[in-house]
Amino acid sequence: MSSFNLTHLKQLEAEAIFVIREVVANLEKPVLLFSGGKDSITLVHLAKKAFYPGKIPFPLLHIDTGHNFEETIAFRDSLVQEIGAKLIVGSVQDAIDQGLVKEETGYNASRNALQTAVLLKELEEGKFDAAFGGARRDEEKARAKERFFSHRDEFSQWDPKNQRPELWNLFNTKKEIGEHFRIFPISNWTEMDVWQYIALEKIKIPNLYFSHKRKVFSRDGVLLSDSEFFNKRESETGTEKIIRFRTIGDVTCTGAIESNASTLEEIINEVAAAKITERGGRADDKRSEAAMEERKKQGYF
Amino acid sequence: MSNQSTIETVDTKAYLDMDLLRFTTAGSVDDGKSTLIGRLMYDTKQIFEDQMDAIEESSKKRGDENINLALLTDGLKAEREQGITIDVAYRYFATPKRKFIIADTPGHIQYTRNMITGASTANLAIILVDARHGIIEQTKRHSFIASLLGIKHLVLCVNKMDLVGYEESIFEDIKKQFDEFSSRLEIADIHYIPISALKGDNVVDKSSNMEWYAGGTLLYTLENVHISSDMNHIDSRFPVQWVIRPHSDQFHDYRGFSGRVESGVFKPGDEVMALPSGFTSTIKSIHNYTEQLEEAFAPMSVSITLNDEIDISKGDMLVKPNNVPQQGQDIELMVCWMSPKKLQPNGKYTIKHTTKNARCIIKEVYYKVDINTLHRIEDNLEIGMNDIGRIRIRTTEPLFYDTYKKNRATGSLIIVDEFTNETAGAGMII
Repeated sequence: MSSFNLTHLKQLEAEAIFVIREVVANLEKPVLLFSGGKDSITLVHLAKKAFYPGKIPFPLLHIDTGHNFEETIAFRDSLVQEIGAKLIVGSVQDAIDQGLVKEETGYNASRNALQTAVLLKELEEGKFDAAFGGARRDEEKARAKERFFSHRDEFSQWDPKNQRPELWNLFNTKKEIGEHFRIFPISNWTEMDVWQYIALEKIKIPNLYFSHKRKVFSRDGVLLSDSEFFNKRESETGTEKIIRFRTIGDVTCTGAIESNASTLEEIINEVAAAKITERGGRADDKRSEAAMEERKKQGYF
Repeated sequence: MSNQSTIETVDTKAYLDMDLLRFTTAGSVDDGKSTLIGRLMYDTKQIFEDQMDAIEESSKKRGDENINLALLTDGLKAEREQGITIDVAYRYFATPKRKFIIADTPGHIQYTRNMITGASTANLAIILVDARHGIIEQTKRHSFIASLLGIKHLVLCVNKMDLVGYEESIFEDIKKQFDEFSSRLEIADIHYIPISALKGDNVVDKSSNMEWYAGGTLLYTLENVHISSDMNHIDSRFPVQWVIRPHSDQFHDYRGFSGRVESGVFKPGDEVMALPSGFTSTIKSIHNYTEQLEEAFAPMSVSITLNDEIDISKGDMLVKPNNVPQQGQDIELMVCWMSPKKLQPNGKYTIKHTTKNARCIIKEVYYKVDINTLHRIEDNLEIGMNDIGRIRIRTTEPLFYDTYKKNRATGSLIIVDEFTNETAGAGMII
């Protein structure tokens, strides 16, 4: 006789698949925000599971800052081909060229904040009413307050002090035309859960996550990939190190860690022993204590 | 405790075997809830250096004497500025035994709806009491909500024991008071623990200041409370979320009903009945992706195929012919109101029940509950924000339901305001 116990990872998977299916059943035009990072890759895997043997019934949207790791783009393209999904690319470079947004200048210039405007433009043009994201509540303190179905008004604003209560697993999907939802199916997963799940399900991830040799330089205690995308000071010289990335975003805001972890098992052990959070290397969060909350209110991922 | 040592290699097998406990924390303002959660996470080594540095810096900025562990959980700028919790925050930690999801809910009266939200998915509730003040209105309110929402395990933490000299008699008095009150609740499993979240007594480590207390620490209790029998594995209910029809060459005739098993067990070969049609068939296969399953039970998300072509769509339900839910359009429920707009008698609302969307009219308000005395109020039937009352609704189409007490998933519904689209009420079917 079975004991009817579902392990925590299986429970999290079941919850995420339930959420993904609720979106497709109740909203008109969903899209999955794909960054090339492990969380959105996990999300694609869950979506694949949710509709098997059918295909994923929504496109992927990548907001491309132009400051990419080549590996991310190659990975993205082969994944899209494998699952037979449609890919939409929103280009920050195009938005700059068209004068929609203004490139930041100076030492710490980054295109991170510019992504928001491009994302909102793509959501509007595509008339998407639900955008899946791979954000997790354990990542960052403002994200700890997120809902599974996060309502955005016609300006795509997040109003954290007036969020809809989420009761049981009954999601309120009502909204006005022009408004949309951000959907976070893996809200309840931790970094460790994602890694364990990737190992359990044998999900392919970009090689950037594994230990490799790369030319890097140090800024404010964070190791950054030596790239033309930075406005570097003279003192900031690149040296070759054995590193890997714990999160993957745009080149200018993704910090590397020195690591020899070259297998999933080694990564998992490293994550378990880690003394700083995975976003500790994210330059975009370091701008102020409420950096993420401010960006989220504007409509950031 | 074993989780105190630095983990060097992860026992992946053990990690994959851990179960999950969801709990909610409640207490009134300044009972030390955020400090308690900070303490649980700090003492189980879940806090990272950069988080600690950030808290240390904020504590200094605020002029706090010690590192303020409460700052760990207060995520919004306004919360940090005011030193209060506004919204439900979710926190995660794990010990080698279990993984925990905490819904940290604010204590202010005006945010009671958040407590209900946190409690709706919890297995267990921690209710904090300030040892200096004992049982107060808020304690009763929170306990009642926990009971109403069908939480099966409650831990009453008597906090700030350090401020009352770790006196046994104070703890015993509070325990006695709560014992009397809780006899009117429907929570069978109640634990009492004297703690100091600030100093760490009996949270993760056993306190040397309270030798008189023979029970387990809070963490021990959380790790060992028996939850596997909390799920309903008797009444088989499978609300259909989505019908998968790939229309591909390879899966030309495939028609899979996807959804989540809300209760009970389904196996290939089982006879099932589809509601509302009443047609029966047998289960051909149950799968999760490419994995064929020999059985599916709550809360698994699966796809089910049947041996006969019967018409089933989103919002329908698969059940067993010998154990069917109640069906009807006149539904009585306890409602927790969450909107600043009062409940409108005869008003029309949208409802969501399992995977079904429908509409309803509020037909009758029977009474309101005084949540402090648990008495019925029958002379004032206005149900406003944070009120709890018993009502009857009539729905546009039949619902397939069980009582909330019997089945959390098929016994709950939400009421949505059709003008603002806000979730206005949480209903529990009687």
